[in-house]
Amino acid sequence: MFKNLTVGRALVYAALLLMAIYYLLPLYVMLTTSFKSLDDIRAGNMLSLPQAWEGGAWAKAWAEACTGVECGGMKGFFWNSVKMTVPAVLISTLLGAVNGYVVSMWRFRGSDALFTMLLVGCFIPFQVVLLPMAQLLGMLGIANTTTGLVLTHVVYGTAFTTLFFRNFYITVPDELVKAARIDGAGFWTIFGRILLPISGPIFVVCIIWQFTQIWNDFLFGVVFASGESQPITVALNNLVNTSTGVKEYNVDMAAAIIAALPTLFVYMVAGRYFVRGLTAGAVKG
Amino acid sequence: MAALSINNVYKTYANGTDVLKGIDIAIEDGQFLILVGPSGCGKSTLLNMIAGLDDITSGDIVIGNKRVNELSPKDRDIAMVFQSYALYPSMTVRENISFGLEIRKTPKAEIDATVNRVADMLQIKHLLERKPGQMSGGQRQRVAMGRALARNPAIFLFDEPLSNLDAKLRVEMRTEIKLMHQRLKSTIVYVTHDQIEAMTLGDKIAVMKDGIVQQFGSPQEIYDNPANLFVASFIGSPSMNFIPATVVESAGQIGVKVCDDKGCVVLPLPHDKAKLAQWVGKEVIFGIRPEQITDARTAHRDGLPEMSCHIDVIEPTGPDTLVFVSLNNTKVCCRTHPTEAKHPGESMDLVFDVSKAVLFDPQTEARIA
Repeated sequence: MFKNLTVGRALVYAALLLMAIYYLLPLYVMLTTSFKSLDDIRAGNMLSLPQAWEGGAWAKAWAEACTGVECGGMKGFFWNSVKMTVPAVLISTLLGAVNGYVVSMWRFRGSDALFTMLLVGCFIPFQVVLLPMAQLLGMLGIANTTTGLVLTHVVYGTAFTTLFFRNFYITVPDELVKAARIDGAGFWTIFGRILLPISGPIFVVCIIWQFTQIWNDFLFGVVFASGESQPITVALNNLVNTSTGVKEYNVDMAAAIIAALPTLFVYMVAGRYFVRGLTAGAVKG
Repeated sequence: MAALSINNVYKTYANGTDVLKGIDIAIEDGQFLILVGPSGCGKSTLLNMIAGLDDITSGDIVIGNKRVNELSPKDRDIAMVFQSYALYPSMTVRENISFGLEIRKTPKAEIDATVNRVADMLQIKHLLERKPGQMSGGQRQRVAMGRALARNPAIFLFDEPLSNLDAKLRVEMRTEIKLMHQRLKSTIVYVTHDQIEAMTLGDKIAVMKDGIVQQFGSPQEIYDNPANLFVASFIGSPSMNFIPATVVESAGQIGVKVCDDKGCVVLPLPHDKAKLAQWVGKEVIFGIRPEQITDARTAHRDGLPEMSCHIDVIEPTGPDTLVFVSLNNTKVCCRTHPTEAKHPGESMDLVFDVSKAVLFDPQTEARIA
């Protein structure tokens, strides 16, 4: 392994190693802190391993920690986030797939203009839509509910998912659609039988992107949901800011890791398809 | 199988570009129609309109006895083979071939029988369970044809089906398409930019340029009697020679005067004198194909005008040797027998078969005689 190790090579590896440590260090500190006792933390050895491994902070963060006046831990909010993220990701991805299919394969008068308008949706800052969205959710009677959050994320996310799918389908030769039309297939048959089966990579990209965006969102969560229906990001903020005397860093760290776990999980499972999907279509197959 | 007629068809895009300007073509049941022309001539647009993939601005397209202008592609009883083959990437060859039948709710047993029949015919039986990504270009091309054949449509449409294949395979597949046509007696519309494909395959050729059919006729008619300079230059390889020349009258005969650096010869023209008379003393374009300027042995006919010419370059092709000379300051290609051809720098006696020569008006490029 070290046979071909030149000075240049060694420098490259050293730099890589340094960067890896730089990025992994916060995770290391979070993990070790979450297993330390409060006395251990107060001793001030941030980088040392726990003197005794204790899981108590995790149990507390999950089920007992106080987020404001409620003291039920992250448990309920975790499921809130799941109930918000899963439908929002699926709906926005499917909508994006159909939109992308239409604007790339079924051009109609004004389809380019429509696509441009959708594209602009990607550049609208969250803050701009807060007030109109609040008004809309109020009118629909779904303010302060998970359904309302799902709607918000679907509306906001469809711009991105449409862009992803459009750029993927634009690389598929439109002769495929012509051939299928001559074979007698209709709009949905072509989509379902011809295009969906080759859309795997772009679905992975879209799902990872949307999952990360929606799960990690704080602003919409804090504005459009309150109390019971808050997503985990808002609950984490409340947990960290609720102090009754002692600041429990170990519980805070455990709660933060719990909040980040699902996105980490999605990356681990589907990450390798992510890069593959992003570069798919770059070289015609 | 059905006849096809295209009556005064126009295509204008929303931005005002005219792509097709009044196309009139009719072929009988079982004929092989070629649409040929340089890129941008509107041939593919016309094919897409026959298929129903593009709207018709005005005019009629009639398949069999049915006007199909408003019918969707699936109701026109056509099948199409695309340049990129357009095989469904996620499906096996079997599924690709049976897809159209399945959509039309053909019974399972019949689908299986058809797939087997088509696979036998095209010798792709061993490929049935493969996916398009696992096959070579030639194999994909066969599958694409199989998919069209399975449907047994009234008309087959081919959109430059051979242009993605390498030269050798292209020639092989060309013969196979012709064989298939002879066996099935199917009506075919075939788009190509390759004049050799056009000549070899077609019963009828429509030579198109700028959205207009320049000439419509049998391959031999188009080769022997081109309607204008464009058709004459497009069909035939090597291309027809176009020599600017003056029409002269001498000893009661009308001819064209051609010169090389040593001297001039008048080539008498056997064409209609009445037509030529008004051009005497004027400049025309004298069109003559390479095989009509040759050595005495190949010409084996007496009484043809001869001229001794200085050879610039020779290109042996095997069966013939192409000899390039300079006449009226224009490079002229002559097709001669390999053993008769002289070497560059030498002079050679060339025989002009003027009976099939043609004359064009240098301004309008229209045929004079």
